[in-house]
Amino acid sequence: MRKGKDYILFNIVGYIFITIIGLFTFIPFVALVVSSFASENYIINHGYTLIPREFSLSAYKLIFQNPQRIFRAYLVTIIVTSVGTSLSLFLSTMAAYVMYRKDVKYRNALAFFLYFTTLFNGGLAPYYIILANYYHLKNNVLVLILVPLFNVFYILILRNFIRGSIPDSLIESAKIDGAGDFTIFLRIVLPLSKPALASIGLFIALNYWNDWWTPMMFIEKQSLYPLQYTLYLILSSVNVAANILQNVVRIDMPKESLKLAMTVVATGPIIFLYPFVQRYFVRGITLGAVKG
Amino acid sequence: MKKNGFWYEIKKNKVLYAMFLPVAIYYILFAYIPMGGIVLAFKEFNYRDGILFSPWNGFKNFEYFFASGRAWLVTKNTILYNIAFLAAYTVFSVACAIFIAELAGKIFKKFIQSVMFLPYFVSWVVVAAMMYNFFNYDYGLINTLIKNLGGEPIDIYSNPTYWYFLLPMLYVWKWVGYGSVLYLAAIMGFDEECYEAAIIDGANIFQRIFYITIPMLKPTMIILILLALGRILRGEFDMFYQIIGNNGLLLDYTDIIDTLVFRSLMQVQDIGMASAAGAYQSVLCFVIIMFVNWIVRRYDKDYALF
Repeated sequence: MRKGKDYILFNIVGYIFITIIGLFTFIPFVALVVSSFASENYIINHGYTLIPREFSLSAYKLIFQNPQRIFRAYLVTIIVTSVGTSLSLFLSTMAAYVMYRKDVKYRNALAFFLYFTTLFNGGLAPYYIILANYYHLKNNVLVLILVPLFNVFYILILRNFIRGSIPDSLIESAKIDGAGDFTIFLRIVLPLSKPALASIGLFIALNYWNDWWTPMMFIEKQSLYPLQYTLYLILSSVNVAANILQNVVRIDMPKESLKLAMTVVATGPIIFLYPFVQRYFVRGITLGAVKG
Repeated sequence: MKKNGFWYEIKKNKVLYAMFLPVAIYYILFAYIPMGGIVLAFKEFNYRDGILFSPWNGFKNFEYFFASGRAWLVTKNTILYNIAFLAAYTVFSVACAIFIAELAGKIFKKFIQSVMFLPYFVSWVVVAAMMYNFFNYDYGLINTLIKNLGGEPIDIYSNPTYWYFLLPMLYVWKWVGYGSVLYLAAIMGFDEECYEAAIIDGANIFQRIFYITIPMLKPTMIILILLALGRILRGEFDMFYQIIGNNGLLLDYTDIIDTLVFRSLMQVQDIGMASAAGAYQSVLCFVIIMFVNWIVRRYDKDYALF
């Protein structure tokens, strides 16, 4: 390719722009992690700085001194995330497969049945009252799995992925070989949809991991609080934080860095999933996709 | 039995329809039945009689909602913020996608893309903690920096004007990684031959971007913007609630329909107001989607949502 002046100029502008965006997204994470290690004394005298001179582990020590509540929250989050994600991914892909099959006469009606729920809803008040008073889901661990269970757009993306990557003739020949509809789904469609399953699975897992809304609405029992909601309670009041971690408020408690250390702990493992699924991203989310 | 009748079709593909059943039941229970609950907006709800048997009170809830003076305020805030979010998000996502697609340097690009996706992974609770780390009046990074440079620290949590700028910035920060992947996926699907022909004709890289890439991105942009317009009355509840919370000093400038509905329902326990505001939001939202879709259909059928 010819590399003229325009190409050089474009690269200079591009690198500067992309680097600025990169720093803009990255610095808050660095600042968060660094600040969580700053000593309380330093923060009070100097405020947060990107490179504090006094490092301290006291905030982390405090969190793990009485770790029952944090571990409990971790446990709830991990169970809900793994059960919810596998259930959602399996059932969503199955529904997507049904809507992809050309011999299903009502496939477009089914798609619209799902899509309509994004156009119109009854509002928060009926939703809350029906779930809490009619389905009795309040303070029930099931609610944490059920509320974020499906997302219409993920189902439609999965359908378009299957439509774009699995030739009809493959299904036909499997049928001729005597495979039933469910067997075709299990043995052919699922294995061939890996890129989409990886990226959509990650999105679903993130929705579960980061969900603080459902527990805030429906959970009052402390033993069912997931991680993000526990974090929210800690952030909204330091005294609550003290109560959560210990029964007595200590005067020398590292209040400032405690909030940030807790944030680091709560963000935790989910972020490490990313590198493993990243390579599927662009392939997995083809856009024709978004359209219903 | 009729060859093309409803029951014949169900029977013929009974395994397939059964496979759709779990999702169908879920949406009936968690979307369609609550949809019927919209009648709550016309009732004076009490827990003993429930949604079905509580007495009707006509448009009283709506009268109260509009008389409260909040209706216009939250509608205006919701729409203006969403327009600002959408404009900033689209511009930055498209720009990032184009640069990432065209720049040399594979490893650097991969690294930056991973970095840009990081904010997508954290909840708004975590973002709120980061905001606190940066903007906290006493110890925040920004104020520490300002103080070290000899300036007066700023208190963003009691000064509304900062938020008109900060909230769109936060929105871009959180979603630009995701948005750029969507646009990048579209760019990757373009036909190479167009670019090769343009190079032979002597087009430079800027001309290629302005006359090939951007026009070819138009359908993707239109679909994404349409989808966003359909949600223009639904604010980013997570963001507003976590970042602003119930801060009274900021509320008039940052209250959106979703936060108003939430506060009326969970904190003030004013179910009448919550259902009226929620119904108002849903109906208006529906009308806007239908209207936008109708306009687009008249302009070009292929761009319409349905």
